[in-house]
Amino acid sequence: MEENLGHASLYALRLLLSGDPDLWNIIGVSFSVSVRAILISTPLAVVLAFLIAYARFPARHPLIAVLQSLQSIPTVVVGLLVYMLLSRRGLFGDLHLLFTQTAMVIGQIVIAFLFVVPMAHGVLAAADRRAWETARTLGAAPWRAMLTVMTELRFGLLAVAIAAFARIITEVGTSIMVGGNIESFTRNIPTAIALETSKGEFAQGIALGLVLLVLALLLNVFLGMLQGKGEMR
Amino acid sequence: MRLSRISLMLLLAATFVLLSPAQAEQKVLRLATTTSTENSGLLKSLLPAFEKSSGYKVHVIAVGTGKALRMGQDGDVDVVMVHARTDEDKFVAAGYGINRRDLMYNDFVIVGPKRDPAGIGAVKDPAAALARIAAKEAAFISRGDESGTYKKEQALWQAADTRPQGKWYRSIGQGMEQALQIASEMQGYTLADRGTWLALRNKLDLDLLVQGDNRLFNPYGVIAVNPARYPDVNYQGAMAFIAWLTSPEGQDQIAAFKIDGDSLFFPDAIQAKQAAPK
Repeated sequence: MEENLGHASLYALRLLLSGDPDLWNIIGVSFSVSVRAILISTPLAVVLAFLIAYARFPARHPLIAVLQSLQSIPTVVVGLLVYMLLSRRGLFGDLHLLFTQTAMVIGQIVIAFLFVVPMAHGVLAAADRRAWETARTLGAAPWRAMLTVMTELRFGLLAVAIAAFARIITEVGTSIMVGGNIESFTRNIPTAIALETSKGEFAQGIALGLVLLVLALLLNVFLGMLQGKGEMR
Repeated sequence: MRLSRISLMLLLAATFVLLSPAQAEQKVLRLATTTSTENSGLLKSLLPAFEKSSGYKVHVIAVGTGKALRMGQDGDVDVVMVHARTDEDKFVAAGYGINRRDLMYNDFVIVGPKRDPAGIGAVKDPAAALARIAAKEAAFISRGDESGTYKKEQALWQAADTRPQGKWYRSIGQGMEQALQIASEMQGYTLADRGTWLALRNKLDLDLLVQGDNRLFNPYGVIAVNPARYPDVNYQGAMAFIAWLTSPEGQDQIAAFKIDGDSLFFPDAIQAKQAAPK
């Protein structure tokens, strides 16, 4: 009861610096799961966004509207759907993936995918179509021309990917449902914060929150550097 | 095209990390249990000894009793350790689980604000205490989930012949720790298992008010998920776990688990005692 924020923060720093194995294990789970998820979902999502932005097909606008609304889907709903699919009684029950890191990766892939598609579509649709047309006129195959456009827009697309990463690494609803918050296996930073808070162990929670803050800072510095490079060209 | 090569490499790396096995080849035993056994620290003190002697790695999924039983029913875990005797018997009767064993017990307590606005501190009978809280419309925090604690609370309201309704009765749908913390913040009453209460009491602005009645008895059971329904559950592991927990060694370890010198759980697999602790 005497714990105040300052005291908890100090304790948090001590935990981080002393290399508390439990803490670093939790941090490791978070990164391992979210990096896997972002690496898998982003390329697929960007390609889909490109198709929506550059290809012409019926029902394109309704599809864009649907994809944009899907961004608002609560992550717990994604978690529930993945849970039902992966449960022993679900469609993919035979794979025995529920309460594993792979289940968390799958949940985060879905969340990142639903986030990246409309955002990347925005980046791609706002861009100058001449890059695409020039490449095509010069005889580039469509996929080649697509890579040209994406190379032109790499900073915008990278920003989208980083925003998606920030979203999934801080996400708690899906992770706790399909991962089960199993110690040293599927316990990541957000689910650990939820647990420590429920136990009244605020210092541990603050320590984990600090890690996420430091990460966000690093990401933004990295992004800023890239954008700086982009401006100089 | 430099970028295409990079993206190809990223894709390959992504495929590789997804396909590579995320965990070592150690045999895993999945245990669904209640938050009271996990968050009190009991399992943390028990599991290393079992894991060492059996070679299994236990994955603990801590949820309410209702959810834990549901996970067993769906075959998503191998063994369940819960505290709601009636539901456990139904679970076994329906064929979802087999080989239920008594494991240990503790008891429920009613805690509330130190100034005790409903004046239940002098009441021994838990149902009468609840009736008094309802009559005073003093704030009461209910778990409001399918946990064993919630089921006990409902049974007590029924015994008190009261249907809790109104602004004073707050159903939160969360775990025991949250219920205690909310009770502390709102200065309300709640029903808690003694283990979680002892683990948390130093962080709470609450007092223990009612305890010791037979109706507050809180037995825990451990049940293997039926391999006839799900042939690929880790039945061997589940039975090894049940055998170890109910062995003299496991039972001694349960008895030895204390917080600030207070026992949290009392083993009863070997000599089935049937009285609530004083």
